[in-house]
Amino acid sequence: MSTAFEKVAAVRRGSRRAAATPRPNFLYILPAALFFGFFALLPLVLVVALSFTTWTGIGDPEAAGMENWSRLFSDEKVLAATRTTLFLTVLSWATQTPLSLLLGVWAAGRQRNRAVLSAVFFLPLLLSSAAIALMFHRFLDPNFGLAADLGPLIGFEDGNIIGTRGGALAAIVFVVGWQFVPFHTLIYQAAARNIPAVLYDAATIDGAGRWQAFRRITLPQLRNTVVTSSTLMIVGSLTFFETILLLTNGGPGIATHVLPFLMYRAGFEGYEFGYAATIATLLVVVGTTLSLLIVRFSGFAKMRSTLEGL
Amino acid sequence: MSTGARGRPNWLAGALTAVWLIVIAVPILSMISWSLQSQQDLLDHGPLAPPSSITFENFAAVMDMGFGRYMRNTLIVTGAGIALTLLLAIPAAYAVVRSRSLLASASFRVFLLGLAIPAQAVIIPVYLIITRMGLNDTLAAVILPTVAFNLPLVVLILSGSLRDISGELYDAMTVDGAGALRMLVSLVLPLSRGSITTVSVFVGLGAWNSFIFPLIFLHSPEKKVLTLGLQSFRQEFGINLPGMMMGVLLSALPVFVLYLFARRWLVAGLAGVGGK
Repeated sequence: MSTAFEKVAAVRRGSRRAAATPRPNFLYILPAALFFGFFALLPLVLVVALSFTTWTGIGDPEAAGMENWSRLFSDEKVLAATRTTLFLTVLSWATQTPLSLLLGVWAAGRQRNRAVLSAVFFLPLLLSSAAIALMFHRFLDPNFGLAADLGPLIGFEDGNIIGTRGGALAAIVFVVGWQFVPFHTLIYQAAARNIPAVLYDAATIDGAGRWQAFRRITLPQLRNTVVTSSTLMIVGSLTFFETILLLTNGGPGIATHVLPFLMYRAGFEGYEFGYAATIATLLVVVGTTLSLLIVRFSGFAKMRSTLEGL
Repeated sequence: MSTGARGRPNWLAGALTAVWLIVIAVPILSMISWSLQSQQDLLDHGPLAPPSSITFENFAAVMDMGFGRYMRNTLIVTGAGIALTLLLAIPAAYAVVRSRSLLASASFRVFLLGLAIPAQAVIIPVYLIITRMGLNDTLAAVILPTVAFNLPLVVLILSGSLRDISGELYDAMTVDGAGALRMLVSLVLPLSRGSITTVSVFVGLGAWNSFIFPLIFLHSPEKKVLTLGLQSFRQEFGINLPGMMMGVLLSALPVFVLYLFARRWLVAGLAGVGGK
């Protein structure tokens, strides 16, 4: 009996007419492919097909031609929801990015107090979106919640923050930020720790202060991370649905209606699944376009290596 | 390390982190403090005061409202979700890396395309499919689509780690007369334990927190999962704010335990989302 090592050596020399290494055939990937095709790709085709039908959720969908689509383009709620979606996306991105970048760079330091505080900052990640939204819904209760005490401090005398259009939108941006800033902080922390220390040493020798080092080294080095994190934020913000449903339920009025919320209402509350599928198709188009645009943009960003000049 | 001039205290960073600490800590501490006091206590002393006496009546109330049943259903969805995902994704990733079949590489490209499909946008047709299968109001209705939408990212992560297994190890097993299946079981599985754990945490957290599929598929109280249970607590508790908070607190407890004892895996599993 030869040892395994000798066997390997023999195979590599080719002295034992090495039989080809057995490889898995496509049957290994087939179940996963079929499963994914049935529950994810087929729905993608069906959603477009359903947008040309009327369906109450019971019985069979009936052909309806362009009816849903002409309704979609003249529906003022759709226009308002699109605007609200964009507004929330931009505002969330603009508040979460600087916050998580600064916190991430700060948390990247190895000091003991930073490690302890980072562990606290991480806590929101342990709660589900539903739990967070319901928790803040109770805090924002104008009669008994924190809002009753804190509302007057920020200009809401009666504490009814989510009862106004501006307050409700701000509350959503705040709650979503509370939930997701920790996650993005984590991304920035990991990236900041990967910045070669030699860059900072060189800067210190050159007499650069803290601000100079941040501006000339940290920020440029985090370029790719900003793109990754922003992509996740923007794509993720199309799905604020849970937070909105549980926090404001779309209100007051239609002030916090976003596209997924409108789709849910039309389908599962209004039983107009055909029209809901039309809104969903719009959502697929917007979402995919956005992803592709960002991938394009980030592909461009990645061509410029952060190791230039090292 | 990223602070330039070391040693000098950074007041700006200090101020920012102090504000953020308040933003994070006040809600969490309030949640804990509310859930341990009675409604009357909260009304008397206001939302920010610590409880004047600690009570476990909210815990009992939450348990009475079927928290245990919701928890059991969530555990089933999470466990079955992880198991089914791994069962499908591990052989798939193995084939992606090792198979020479054109069908395998074509399937992989389709999976990559699938990364861009937002699950929310296709809930209407998924609803149609699940209803036609007669699965409405069963836990399977939640598990099946959840697994499907996890597959692309999980196959991607697993095949990334499988690529690190050296070809010589496969060759050595060939000499021992092993077939493709035995290589999967006794070579690939043991060597990818790390990445399998990571994706399990990622899939598990997703299933644990999932809301939209349960929302559209689960209707009867005995089928509901935790996230939906919390939603019905809101109606049942009405203005009983402490009871609601106890529910929120309890729903996060298992994940918190995981955080205490397996922080590394939890963070790695969360970062898996970062790959998306």
